[in-house]
Amino acid sequence: MSLLPNTAVLFGKELRTEFRSRELLTTTVVFILIVLFMFSISFRPTSDESRQIGPGLLWLAFLFAASLMLQHSFLSEQHNDTLSALRLSVSDPFAIFFAKLAANTLFLLLTELLLLPIFATMYNVPIVPVFHWLLLVFFLGSLGTAIVGTAFSAISAQARMRELLLPLLMLPLLTPILIVSTEVTKGLFDRAPYLQWEGVGFLAVFDLVFLTALWLFGEYLLEE
Amino acid sequence: MVKNLLAAAAVFLLLGAAAYASFFIAPTDVKQGLIYRILFLHVPSAWTGLTAFFISFVANLLYVWRRQPRWDWLGISAAEVGLAFTTVVLVTGPIWAHPVWGIWWTWSPRLTSTFVLWLLYVSYVLLRTLLEEPDRRALLSALFGIFAFIDVPLVFGSIRWWRDQHPQPVVMGEPGSGLDPIMYKVLFFSWFAMMALMTLLIRQRYRLEAMRSDLETMQHELEAA
Repeated sequence: MSLLPNTAVLFGKELRTEFRSRELLTTTVVFILIVLFMFSISFRPTSDESRQIGPGLLWLAFLFAASLMLQHSFLSEQHNDTLSALRLSVSDPFAIFFAKLAANTLFLLLTELLLLPIFATMYNVPIVPVFHWLLLVFFLGSLGTAIVGTAFSAISAQARMRELLLPLLMLPLLTPILIVSTEVTKGLFDRAPYLQWEGVGFLAVFDLVFLTALWLFGEYLLEE
Repeated sequence: MVKNLLAAAAVFLLLGAAAYASFFIAPTDVKQGLIYRILFLHVPSAWTGLTAFFISFVANLLYVWRRQPRWDWLGISAAEVGLAFTTVVLVTGPIWAHPVWGIWWTWSPRLTSTFVLWLLYVSYVLLRTLLEEPDRRALLSALFGIFAFIDVPLVFGSIRWWRDQHPQPVVMGEPGSGLDPIMYKVLFFSWFAMMALMTLLIRQRYRLEAMRSDLETMQHELEAA
């Protein structure tokens, strides 16, 4: 049972490499900011319209950003062929995925938390009263995105046209996350906010299904 | 060669018979008139497409488990054939919807799910063209195929439960709720003909993939020599 200790060490390594440069986080935050700004000026929504279309725009921006950000996950292991070293150093290859997807979930969540106040200001939606529920939805949505994105980044890192390939592989698959997260967020942005528990449950099921799939098939993704 | 021609001829006859039955044996629909006859192309194509994707999924699983190239060949063959049938569904759907519903397209659960399914398998086929090394291509695309197929019920569920609040088109939104017995027979016969076509196409595509693989091996041997 060395999965958890291995994962913890690798998770620490992922965080250290990122927080030394903070390149990934900064670039992603700026990217989402630009997308939100462009949505806003192309639609010019009123406050009521913002409540309607805002959540969809927000989640679209996050998913696009994630599809760019997660490329980095396995690509960064190719430069000095560090992936082979990683594979040799852990007994269960799932630890590599587990650490990477935990770090990616954290990075996604951090960018979302940074951008939420800016979004709320730009689109005139109050977020403070429902903040803890938003956190729950963002966590479940980001986890699902990170699971699928991390798995596919292991695929796209080995292909040609990899920058374009990852969005192509992961975005259609994440349709359920986009739909359900948007709906739950919409409920929370409502004038009388409410939480759709069915939506939260669905997101949890999605995460669980793909986490299981990754646990079962992950090691084959890393085969030499 | 002769066997192939005979099989193709048999499938062609079956399809001809299905077309004849859909135009001349099935009675005209009271509400929709002639246009409903597209049902006999649209619905069997959808069922056949799904069957082909399921075959591809099973082949993907078997490849990951067994690592025999033939499962890889079957996986891509079935996926491409399924894609062709799903394309027929996506083209015939609007042709049918426009006169009957008054719109070309609506984001109803079935349409949206079919479209997402189509996108997923387009990505699958595309992914294969971007992976150089044959073994890696086989393994990685098989894994993507497995993930994609697992996603299908989730896509359908999410759309059904969260995107289906609008009223369905009024005029006979769903066929099958009260289909004439003869229509049923023609429908299932058309499905049978489509499945025969699918089997023939997958078989031919499989042989092509096997030949390609042989060619690749020979090229590698030549380069090595």
